[in-house]
Amino acid sequence: MVAFIIRRIFGMLLVLLAVSFIVYVIFIVIPGGNPAIRIAGRTATQANIKSIEIKLGLNHHGFLGVLQQWFDMVKALFTGTLVSYSNQTNVVQQIKEGIPATFSLAIGAGIIWLGFGILVGTISAVTAGKASDRLITAGALIGISLPVAWLGLLLLYFVGGIGGIFSWFPSGGYVPLTQNPVQWFYHLILPWFTLAILFIGFYGRVLRSNILDTINEDFVRTAKAKGLTTNRILVKHTLRASLIPIVTLFGLDFAAVLGGGAIITETVYNIQGVGWYAAQSIQTQDLPPLMGVTLFGAMFIVVFSLIVDIAYAYLDPRIRLT
Amino acid sequence: MAEQLLEVNDLKVQFATEDGIVQAVSGISFKLEKGKVLGIVGESGSGKSVTAMTLMGLTRGVNARFEGEVLYKGTDLLKVSDKELQDYRGNELGMIFQDPMTSLNPVYRIGEQIAEAIRAHEKVDKRTARSRAIELLRQVGIPNPENRVDDFPHQFSGGMRQRAMIAMALSCNPSILIADEPTTALDVTIQAQIVDLVSRLKDDFDSAVVFITHDLGVIAEIADEIIVMYAGRVVERGSKRDIFYDPQMPYTWGLLGSIPRLDRPRAERLHTIEGMPPSLINLPEGCKFRPRCPHAFEKCMQEPELENRVEAPGHLDRCWLDVEYKRSRRDETITGGTVEAA
Repeated sequence: MVAFIIRRIFGMLLVLLAVSFIVYVIFIVIPGGNPAIRIAGRTATQANIKSIEIKLGLNHHGFLGVLQQWFDMVKALFTGTLVSYSNQTNVVQQIKEGIPATFSLAIGAGIIWLGFGILVGTISAVTAGKASDRLITAGALIGISLPVAWLGLLLLYFVGGIGGIFSWFPSGGYVPLTQNPVQWFYHLILPWFTLAILFIGFYGRVLRSNILDTINEDFVRTAKAKGLTTNRILVKHTLRASLIPIVTLFGLDFAAVLGGGAIITETVYNIQGVGWYAAQSIQTQDLPPLMGVTLFGAMFIVVFSLIVDIAYAYLDPRIRLT
Repeated sequence: MAEQLLEVNDLKVQFATEDGIVQAVSGISFKLEKGKVLGIVGESGSGKSVTAMTLMGLTRGVNARFEGEVLYKGTDLLKVSDKELQDYRGNELGMIFQDPMTSLNPVYRIGEQIAEAIRAHEKVDKRTARSRAIELLRQVGIPNPENRVDDFPHQFSGGMRQRAMIAMALSCNPSILIADEPTTALDVTIQAQIVDLVSRLKDDFDSAVVFITHDLGVIAEIADEIIVMYAGRVVERGSKRDIFYDPQMPYTWGLLGSIPRLDRPRAERLHTIEGMPPSLINLPEGCKFRPRCPHAFEKCMQEPELENRVEAPGHLDRCWLDVEYKRSRRDETITGGTVEAA
């Protein structure tokens, strides 16, 4: 177990290095990728550009030069000295400032989508073929198909006061939990559901089919033959086995959202978290923040995939961690 | 006379499927007394497993239709509610299944699964249930049960898992043990051990057994009475002696001919019954075995009733053929015609 975790941590570091290198290479090969040209403006002279390149540390050329620049950037990131090209703010500092908002959004939405996903999937499977199942199936497909940006804008328009119809909820923004817990909750209700709705639909569908497969397993028949109650069979035997694949899905989806993946939701609701920071940086083609945010997100993905693997071994004793 | 535990009267089971109505069981009747073993034999699709599962109410579902009666100590189990049925399952009727590899839940310890059955019917605490589970594992021959009780199913071999299943089925001391092909998925040597175990535990636990198999060789060791099923019907029924020494249905001959025997001269090849069992959606007219029967004649276009046609009073069959004719011809099928040669 310990050896497994140590080995995985080494693997994770390699993955993160590879991710950062790919991000870097992608950035400098895209058209207009040289930040110095963009910063220097339209009427810049070659000398202007050159001096900006030197200032940003972009004056190395060739393969080794690129490698050198990438290494410098990663080193700056990990020592906390990396600054944005466009406004010279510290990247690590900016991400840290975004974390409370992003975590608030992610954790709340994660609880909602996991809870409702399991509820909806279970009801749908238990009543398979009946009206409630059909209703849930239709609802889930709509939920999966709704674009987050559109749903978010629609909610803001109709119940968030922007359209002047109902002002049941605030029209975006984030209030820190430590400042006012009630307002924190109130401001996050719409973003939570906006973010959760796609996952609820998807998890519900996956769980429904898992349960319907598991119901036909021999061990469920054995549980029936033992004379267990219907509820106990459902929870202890059917649901327990059906939830194992959901653990994988949830681990990776939750990690992505924690790592700033809810870019659209954060932008629509003006929640200045890590995803919002990423959106801002994309608009200005600002490489250092994007590098920071990407690695931040990638870190959550690799950490949670390790957690998922460990959880698997706990949930299914046949699995050995090697 | 021993106490009668189970009486099945003209049980019919149908399933509605997309392809039509499947007549899985079309009228089966039997009685089971305490201490007796009833063997049910037949090919795949003959309705024997559906019969067994229906006794436990395991075939219930929106697409299933039942007729007839399954009287357990006078209560019709077909009529009781799903909730009431829970009190019978595991408690009055225990069941073991064909595949011990998949019949145990892989994520719970063996002991937990046995204790769960006990605690479903008796108000005992976890510790008592666990020590009962250890005792049961000892009774079914699991070595070192104090330690093995905490193993997961994947740490048990196939034979041990089936023993654990038997321990679970017997945990609440049921009056009837239903064994649905319990030996089919096991090695031959393990098969014999499991049959011996069921036979011994039946006496220890004072239960009756319904033993389902496609293997007449297995049933020869354990059954008192044998029912031969074909296409959802009983085609022959009698004591073990009747079925093995005076079989009346050509189908039974085929089954007998398909098992290797050491007490007879070796046939060139084991007998195989030509053709396939009929579709239960579209049954042939008349005798259901007619299309595969080498002895069929005109009269077989009408289905014979299950009747007594021989001297032994309890020996019933569904065959129009003359008894003496059958007695003169059946050895060709059963022994591969090598009797004369020997």
